[in-house]
Amino acid sequence: MRELRRKIATRLLTGLLVLWLAATVAFIAIHALPGRIEDVLAGDLSYPGLREAIAAQWGLNHSLQWQYGQFLLRLAHGDLGTSFVMQQPVLDVLRSQLAPTMQLAVSAGVLALGLAIVVATVTAGSESRWSGRIASFVEITFTSTPVFWLGMLLLVAFSFELRLFPVSGANGWRALVLPAVTLALPTTGVLSQVMRESIEAALSKPFVTTIRARGVSELVLRARHVLRHALLPVVTLGGWLIGSLLGGAVITEKMFGRPGIGSVTLTAVTSQDVPVVLAVVLLAAFVHVVMSTLLDIAYLFIDPRLRSQ
Amino acid sequence: MSTVDRSVPTAGVHSPLPVGVLLAAAFLIVLLVGMGFPRLVTPFDPLVSDVAATLQPPNAQHWLGTDRIGRDVLSRVVYGARYSLLIGLASMIVSLAIGLAVGLFAGLSNRFADEAASRVFDVLSAFPPTLLSLLIVTSLGQGIVNIAIAVGIAGIPKFGRVLRSQALVVRRADYVTHAVSFGLSRTRIFLRHVLPNVLVAVPVIATIDIGSAIIAVSGLSFLGLGPQPPTPEWGVMLAEGRDVLRVAWWPSVFPGLAITVTVLSFAVIGRFLQRKFEVRA
Amino acid sequence: MRSQSGIPPVSKRPLVEIRGLSIAFSNANGGVPLVRSVDLSVRSGECVALVGESGSGKSLTARSLIGLAGRGAQIDAQRFEIDGRNALRFNERDWRALRGSFAGLVMQDALVSLDPLRTVGAEIGEVLAHHRVLRSRALRQARVHEVMAGVGIPEPAMRAQQYAHELSGGLRQRALIASAIAAGPALVIADEPTTALDVTVQAQVLAVLAERLAQGVGVLLISHDLAVVSGIADRVLVMHDGEVVDSGSTRDVLRHPSHAYTRQLLAAQPSLQSRGQRLSSARMVSATPDDAPTIVRDPLPPRVASSGRVVLEGEGIGKTYRRRGGKRDERFIALDDMSFSVREGEVLGIIGESGSGKSTCGNIVLGLLAPDRGAVKFLGSEWNGAGVKETARRRLRSRMQFIPQDPLSSFNPRHAVRELLAEGLHPQRLSKADAVAQSVNLLEQVGLSAAYLDRQPISLSGGQRQRVAIARALASEPALIVCDEPVSALDVYVQAQVLDLLVSLQARHATALLFISHDLDVVGHLCERVLVFKFGRVVEEGDVETVFERPRHAYTCSLKASAPSLRHQLDERCDDNIAVASEPML
Repeated sequence: MRELRRKIATRLLTGLLVLWLAATVAFIAIHALPGRIEDVLAGDLSYPGLREAIAAQWGLNHSLQWQYGQFLLRLAHGDLGTSFVMQQPVLDVLRSQLAPTMQLAVSAGVLALGLAIVVATVTAGSESRWSGRIASFVEITFTSTPVFWLGMLLLVAFSFELRLFPVSGANGWRALVLPAVTLALPTTGVLSQVMRESIEAALSKPFVTTIRARGVSELVLRARHVLRHALLPVVTLGGWLIGSLLGGAVITEKMFGRPGIGSVTLTAVTSQDVPVVLAVVLLAAFVHVVMSTLLDIAYLFIDPRLRSQ
Repeated sequence: MSTVDRSVPTAGVHSPLPVGVLLAAAFLIVLLVGMGFPRLVTPFDPLVSDVAATLQPPNAQHWLGTDRIGRDVLSRVVYGARYSLLIGLASMIVSLAIGLAVGLFAGLSNRFADEAASRVFDVLSAFPPTLLSLLIVTSLGQGIVNIAIAVGIAGIPKFGRVLRSQALVVRRADYVTHAVSFGLSRTRIFLRHVLPNVLVAVPVIATIDIGSAIIAVSGLSFLGLGPQPPTPEWGVMLAEGRDVLRVAWWPSVFPGLAITVTVLSFAVIGRFLQRKFEVRA
Repeated sequence: MRSQSGIPPVSKRPLVEIRGLSIAFSNANGGVPLVRSVDLSVRSGECVALVGESGSGKSLTARSLIGLAGRGAQIDAQRFEIDGRNALRFNERDWRALRGSFAGLVMQDALVSLDPLRTVGAEIGEVLAHHRVLRSRALRQARVHEVMAGVGIPEPAMRAQQYAHELSGGLRQRALIASAIAAGPALVIADEPTTALDVTVQAQVLAVLAERLAQGVGVLLISHDLAVVSGIADRVLVMHDGEVVDSGSTRDVLRHPSHAYTRQLLAAQPSLQSRGQRLSSARMVSATPDDAPTIVRDPLPPRVASSGRVVLEGEGIGKTYRRRGGKRDERFIALDDMSFSVREGEVLGIIGESGSGKSTCGNIVLGLLAPDRGAVKFLGSEWNGAGVKETARRRLRSRMQFIPQDPLSSFNPRHAVRELLAEGLHPQRLSKADAVAQSVNLLEQVGLSAAYLDRQPISLSGGQRQRVAIARALASEPALIVCDEPVSALDVYVQAQVLDLLVSLQARHATALLFISHDLDVVGHLCERVLVFKFGRVVEEGDVETVFERPRHAYTCSLKASAPSLRHQLDERCDDNIAVASEPML
């Protein structure tokens, strides 16, 4: 038990370390080119003393270490800075836009996982080699399809031609369907592939023969025994899944004209509103690290082999 | 005290290449030819607009139709291959170079260095790749070179982690441990046994990674952060095509199809290589 | 047949009655059946053994008894009765009904044969829950503990909560057996249940099966090892290339084998009696058809007289590992005050089970591991010990070589035989042409033609790979070769060939061998002197005849007693040191 506690502690500490490093990397990325921030804030204006005034106002005239310290302090308090463009706290800007993005990401995630589980369990290790091959081909195609193009195809088919779903906006659940499906499909491809391969790997192990020799039916075998083995690698993908959904959400929102964090971020990138971009990226990293650390710890409980040395 | 080994050979018969791999390779060769000698494929200039022939659907003269300002879609797709592929290749090389260096360092050094390097990978992969690229673009500015760097940096963990684990496995392999028996110096053992068996993984990941690099690059271009119109890059074409999607599907569908088939070809070949080298290693 | 009490009813009718069985797969072996014309029957309280090499079809035959021959298997027979019913007519449901309740399956290596994500108790209890043998959970749990105790697992309540990887090899194999017999099946099919186990543990597991036999269970035992089977089986069927070539009572088959293959198999077994003789060409000959056949072996060329010079010397070697654990620093003593010496041209054997430290010793001798105490001298120079670096060893490196248990893992996957041999020849600094010529010479010495130069090791059979490993080891003309279980993973006949090769090459080149193994018969055949290891110490040493025939230490006695041997006629009692008259044959 002590060993287990030590391992959990290690993972938590590692998670914190990575968070800190991520914040540092983001900070360095922003301050990589000295003078740029003043340029951005100055915009088209240019008169003597402007840059100094800007530097003073935004604390840019202090040493880099001081700025870094301030940066970390503010982060610890949940203060994500002030937007250059909108002159508001970034947190407020993001908070208002969070809901539609969460709707999209969560529904896409659930769809992707559900679809992947169904496809993988049905096609894995089946009698005909064809179903496996077709599934594999479809998966690999979806992972090769750019999310924005897929969205366009679905728009043309279902929105323009069939008039089933609205083209853009975020009103009601109908507007959610196409963006969620678009975002989910490439992720489904990856998840399904990983799951199917791990199911097939588990099915070829000797312990499966022992289980069959007890008279257990194929269905029970898969549900009670194999599924647990198959989910193991998927657990490690949890962090990646979140990242993929959030990143894809940016593109999907632009594609479908949905409001949300994605469009805010894009506007920020083009207008070089540094604090906003920084905040979004750090938030995403935070969610990713928390998720991964929790899943890492969960893995310790799921696979008993990891608990002892 | 192990299980009784089968006295039959396990592998060695050369099986013919699967159909899919051949098709994928064929497509890529055609693409390369088109990149190098576009005139062979299409007579039109991708930048010249023909106002009289805007938004024509695919016909005998313009096989893939024309876009909003009358440019031939086929030529734009063919010329666009250069941009999308080369930028994708450039990012892959960035990922490869840095990932290889850090990954090898992690896998072949002591525990502390390994932990440190693994944290580097953890940090880089903590950011969703798209957002990380956006961050770098915000910092460095927009443009072709910068999106190549941005996508490249986001792809480092992919190479780094695989090479690190490969290095860890090879390092402990029996053939490496016992190579001292033949009087080889440590350097020679490294060059002759360790390095070649670690680098075996590189072509596999590189092939698969070019595909994701191309998608990422065209994604950033679609968002307007890379090459600017009128450059016929595939992502840019998709952004332009989106505006007229309601009335014309062909300016959007074909560039996207080009991306998909190209990435698919790389993915198919990559997976084939992966299976082949898994058997050997 | 479901049993409430856990003990199967004894039946007069054979549990399994099969005549003319054939099993074919349409996409394998060109449609030719992998099993042909097999007759098999098992009765209650009887142990029938199926013996054969890998690929002989024994596992396939056994699995077909519970309908697990594999997908796409075409099974045909004149008679195929399981539990009195015609199993040719069974559908999947019928098979499932009898799996676990009528017949239980025990496989090799519990570590991979039990679900690693479930507790041992859950695995053992599954068959009970599935066949609804007992109504309530509490009753089932009680039965699980009862079965566990019945197979000799101490503290069953605690053990049931553990996972397979937390139990020792012997305990988890017993747990595997428990999981197969929990529902009280009348038949137990054991497929290589003791391979990969230590000799003493192997004996214990076989005893568990014997207990069940005494209770009236029928056992079908599959093995590649005639010796293992001879101690427990009532009847033996020898399979070769898909057919049964010999069958009858154990006594008859071992004493009067009718088929050439069986004779060859029996004759090729190494033992103390076969020292100095060729195994692969051994034959069983009867003076008249009624006489018990005797084994006739050709002698091997005698060893070159040794100069007596000490080649390898280990003095007071100790190695301790510190285990990482909470507060207490647990120490694991791998080796403790070990001393030994090997003379020129001598073959020294090290016998030990897992955890005895023999592999650690091998690694220290090879200079791959530094001892914590003591030193090793090789050819008179400091070789390993405190402060001895690899650079000091480099000069003499080529004079000590290594033959591994698994040759494939010691070959660079990217190299063909040519490059492997070239590396072995590296210390000699030959020109390219000379190196090739010498490589061909080496291949010929191990019985392979020059055509093998460009082969990839992965395309070679186990025996061929081992020959390449031997050729490579001989390339630099070493004074000592450390052999770590080099024949353990080989089939009996291939093992015989490789052993002959080792003996003749060793005699010819006067190379000393340090031969590490767990197999007493192989060590008895090959070695002159032997060290018996237990828990990192040498508990007995001496020349092979003395140690094996008149062992003094209790552990050596127990090793001997546990080791499966074809000489089950021997009647030895260690504490009385009674010398034994050996049979003319086995």
